[in-house]
Formats: sequence, structure tokens, C-alpha cells
Amino acid sequence: MKKPEEELAEIKSMMERSTQFLSLSGVSGILAGIYAIAAAGLSWYWIYFPSSSWSDGTASLSFRDLLNRMLMLGLGTLIAAVSSAYFLSKKRGAGNAQPFWSPASKRFLQSLFLPVALGGFFCFALLHESTFELIPSAMLLFYGIGLVQSAQFTLGEIRNLGFTQLGFGLIAAFFPDFGLFFWALGFGVFHLIYGTLMYYRHER
Amino acid sequence: MSVEIQEGYDKAFDNVLRLRIMSILMVNIRYEFNSFKSLLQVTDGNLASHLKHLEHAEFLRVEKSFAGRKPLTSYLATEKGRKAFQAYLQFLEQLIYLNKVY
Repeated sequence: MKKPEEELAEIKSMMERSTQFLSLSGVSGILAGIYAIAAAGLSWYWIYFPSSSWSDGTASLSFRDLLNRMLMLGLGTLIAAVSSAYFLSKKRGAGNAQPFWSPASKRFLQSLFLPVALGGFFCFALLHESTFELIPSAMLLFYGIGLVQSAQFTLGEIRNLGFTQLGFGLIAAFFPDFGLFFWALGFGVFHLIYGTLMYYRHER
Repeated sequence: MSVEIQEGYDKAFDNVLRLRIMSILMVNIRYEFNSFKSLLQVTDGNLASHLKHLEHAEFLRVEKSFAGRKPLTSYLATEKGRKAFQAYLQFLEQLIYLNKVY
């Protein structure tokens, strides 16, 4: 018989691996942060310096133009971040012989999906009602709820990342003029920080 | 070690694969055959024989269903299995404790 300490460690590891999605890639968090900072920078440029946008010379952007661009930029950033997370986590899972589609990863994605999808629709409603100043706050809040909810099925850092987003979301609601700034902090800087933390703790 | 403890020890958990299977079923309400296979990285035959062993011991029960046309075989821990597993955990803790004392 093996040593009892080893057997207990074995039991604990099996319990964790069967319930938690442990191959979530930290590098994808870092990348998501970089995309978000780039997107926020570009938005800032478009919103506050509309007359000097490089893509169309000195012609100033119409409001509708700006709206369309922001929407495209937002969707593009989302797609880039999600696909980085998907491919890098899949690759990492293959490295540890952990399947990407497992009951654990399904539970993680399910619990993340509802708040985030609702948040997406809510932001469309805000857009539709021209309440733009609350969009960054709403994105941060719904994403934060999703992260805190799904944290029990994945690495522990996700819970703290969720609380950070919730904090910035609330502050952004009180200071809507600085919405873009808090959005860049939450989605950009803190994704970077937690991604790096996860990389150093779990992937090296 | 001179002290003999047998309480809580169960031959069903002698095999590491069976121990792993029961560990998974303790924290998942039900777990599918294919999920076991990919998490444990074992062959069908090997897995099936150990699952059968645990089923005979009445530590788990089988639930067959369909996902569309695909048959799904899921496993659930029974009350007996849960008790035996907990007793086994206590047995391990005792062993560790005794190893420290003696």
C-alpha cells in the first residue's frame, strides 16, 4: 500500500480535477488585458480627438460613425479575447493531459455565460436608449458577477478578479465621466495583473 | 508500527483507480463513463472492470440514458459507497496520526 499521505493527496487532486477547470490559461488573461488597453486607447482617441483620427484624415467623425466603430471595436476585442482564452486553455489542457471539454469546464462556462450574456443585452439596451455613460459600469458589473459566480469551478484568482471588476463597476457608476478609464483599469490592467499572477503560480 | 488498525480499511480502495473513481463520485452528483475515461486516462476495459467491481460492492449505481441517439452511462455513489469512503478517509487519517506518534 502507498503512504497514507500520498493517498490523501491523490484523493484531493481527483476531487479538484473533476470539479474544477484548472487549465484556464494565464497567458490568455495577459493577452485579454493588452487587447482591452489597446481598445480603450483607440476609443479614447476616437471620442476625444475626433477631428484628427488617422483613418480619415482631418474629417471629423459623425456621431453615428463613432457609434458603429465603437461597436465593431468592442465586438472585435471580445472575439479576440475569447478566442485567445479558448486556444491557449485548450493547448494548456493538452499539455497536462486534461481534456478541454470536461464536466468541470462546462460548469465553469455555464455559470459564466448567463450573467455575461445578460450584461451584453443590457448594454445593447443602454446603447439603444443612448445612456452611453453607464455602459462601462454595466460591463464591469455583469462581468464581475459572472466571474465571482464561476470562480468555484476554476482557479482561485478568478474570484478576486471578479471582485475587482465589481468594485470598479460600482465606482464607474458614480463617476460616469471616467467610465472609459475604469473600464481600461478593470478589463485591461487587472486582466494583465491576474493573468501574470496565474501564469507564475500555475504554469511555470 | 506495532498498532494494528483495520477499522475503515476497505479492500475496494486497494486499487488506486477505484480510489480515484470514488473520489470523483464523492464530489460530483453523477459522472459519465467517457468523462472518467478522459480524466483518468485509462482504457475502456480497465475502467469498465473497476466500475463493475464497485457496482458489485454496491458502492455506486449505474444510470443509463440517451443524449439524442447516443447512449450515456453515468455513475452515482450510493449511500453505502459514501459511508465506506468516509470510513476509509478516517482510516487514512488514523494511519497518519499513528505514524507521527509511534
